[in-house]
Amino acid sequence: MMQKDEIIRKINQLLIAEIEIEETQIHPAADLKKDLGIDSLDFVDLFVIVENNFGFKMKAEEMTEVKTLQDFYDYITHRINPN
Amino acid sequence: MNRVVITGMGIYSVIGKNLTEVKDSLYQGRSGIVFDPVRKEMGFRSALTGYLERPQLKGILDRRMRIGLPVQGEYAYLSTVEALNTAGIDQHYLDAHEVGILFGNDSSAVPVVESVDILRQKKDTMMIGSGYIFQSMNSTVSMNLSVIFRLKGVNFTLSGACASGSHALGIGYLLIRQGLQEMIICGGAQEINAESTASFDALNAFSIRESEPEKASRPFDRDRDGLVPSGGAATLILEDYESALKRGATIYGEIIGYGFSSNGEHISLPNVDGPVRAMQKALKDRDISPESIGYINAHATSTPAGDSNEATAIDQVFGQSKPLVSSTKSMTGHEMWMGGASEVVYSTLMMHHGFIAPNINLENPDEITSKLNLVTRTKLTGFNTFLSNSFGFGGTNSSLIVRKI
Repeated sequence: MMQKDEIIRKINQLLIAEIEIEETQIHPAADLKKDLGIDSLDFVDLFVIVENNFGFKMKAEEMTEVKTLQDFYDYITHRINPN
Repeated sequence: MNRVVITGMGIYSVIGKNLTEVKDSLYQGRSGIVFDPVRKEMGFRSALTGYLERPQLKGILDRRMRIGLPVQGEYAYLSTVEALNTAGIDQHYLDAHEVGILFGNDSSAVPVVESVDILRQKKDTMMIGSGYIFQSMNSTVSMNLSVIFRLKGVNFTLSGACASGSHALGIGYLLIRQGLQEMIICGGAQEINAESTASFDALNAFSIRESEPEKASRPFDRDRDGLVPSGGAATLILEDYESALKRGATIYGEIIGYGFSSNGEHISLPNVDGPVRAMQKALKDRDISPESIGYINAHATSTPAGDSNEATAIDQVFGQSKPLVSSTKSMTGHEMWMGGASEVVYSTLMMHHGFIAPNINLENPDEITSKLNLVTRTKLTGFNTFLSNSFGFGGTNSSLIVRKI
C-alpha cells in the first residue's frame, strides 16, 4: 500500500511531467485552476493519468470539492487507502 | 475589386524545411522520396513515400497547444511561422488586426486510429484524453493555428481532396478581392504516415518502382507507373494590395486568377474537360491571355491517365503559346491536400530566382505528353506569370494564376 508521502511525490512528478506544471508552482495550497492553470481539458487528461498510474477511475462528481493541490493529494490518498 | 498579393511564404516539405532549402532543392532537382520498410511489413503494395522528420515543438509551444496538433498541424505551424516572418507580421499585428486563416486539409487519420484503438482496449471513452478530438477533425490545422496565433478573422478548412490547398488560396483570394478580409493566412497541410495512405494504396495508384525511390515519381514520362504519396505544409500570407503597400511589405506576387470546376463524371478517373474549364476560368478572371503565362506548374502526379489527360487539357488551352511546363511532384511526390499551396510557393520561388525546376525523371515523354514544352533540366529563365493546377478525387479542379509585380 502506498504511503501518503509517496503518493504526493508521485502526483507532483506526474503534474510536472505530464501536465507540464512548473516545479516552483507546486505547493499544497495552490489552487488547481487559478494557480496551476489546470482547466477543464486538463482534468480530462488527469483522469487518464490517474487511472494509468494509480489504477482507479476518478469520478467527476467527487472532483467538485477538489480545489487545491492538497485537496487533490487527499482525494487520491483516500481513493487508494479508503481507511 | 481589391487586388490580392502574396506578402509572405513558408514551407516545410520533403525537399526542405524552409524557403532557402526548398529553393536549393528545386534548383538541383533533388528528390524527397524514400522506401519505408514499415509500410511493406504492414502489407502495402508500395512502400514509397515522401519522408519528413516530425517537428519537435516542446519548448516552443505549450502543452495545450501541442497536444491538439497532429503531425500535419506541426508542419503547418512551422510553415506559418516562416510565412509570418517573411511577411513581417508579429503577434502584436495579429492581435491588433482581423487576420483570418483558410487551410486545405482532407484527413487526419492517425489520431482517429489511435483514439479508437484506446477505446477498443480500455472500453472507456474517458481514457482517450483531451487532445485527440482536436487532432482528429479535418479542420484541425485552421482550428489549432487560429488559437495559437490568436486570429480574429475568417477561420475554416477547405476539404477538396488533392486540390484542397489550391482552393484555400482561391477562396482567400476571393474574400480579400471582395473586401471582406484584409489579410488571410492560407495554406495546405498533409500528414505523412501509413494510416492515412493505406486505403489509397489499395487503389493500385501508387508507383511500385521500389528499387529506385528517387526515380519513382516521373510525371509525363512514358514509363510512369503511379504516384508517390507525400506531405508537409505550406503557408502563404494573402493580403490586400493597399494594405501591403501601407506596410511596406515585400510583395512576392499577385494572384490574378482562380478558376474552379468539377468534372461531373468518375470519382477517381480524371478527365480533360474539367481541367480545361478550370484553366479557362482562371484566365478569364482578369482577362489574361494564354500567351501571358510563362510557366505552368502541372498537377501531374505520375499516374498514366492523370498526366495524359492534363497534358491534353494544357495543350487544348495553351497549344498556341506552349508555355514551359513541369511537375514539381517529380521531386516532392504527391503532397495531396498540401500540394495546391506548396506548388504556388515553389513556383513563386522559381519566379523570383529566375529559374524553372526540372521535371526530374522525365526521360521519354509519350505521344500525348510530348505535345507539351516540358522542362527536363533546370532552366535559367525569367518568367512573370505562372499558372498552377490542382485536381482531386470527385473531379474537383482548381487553377491559380500568379504574376510578379
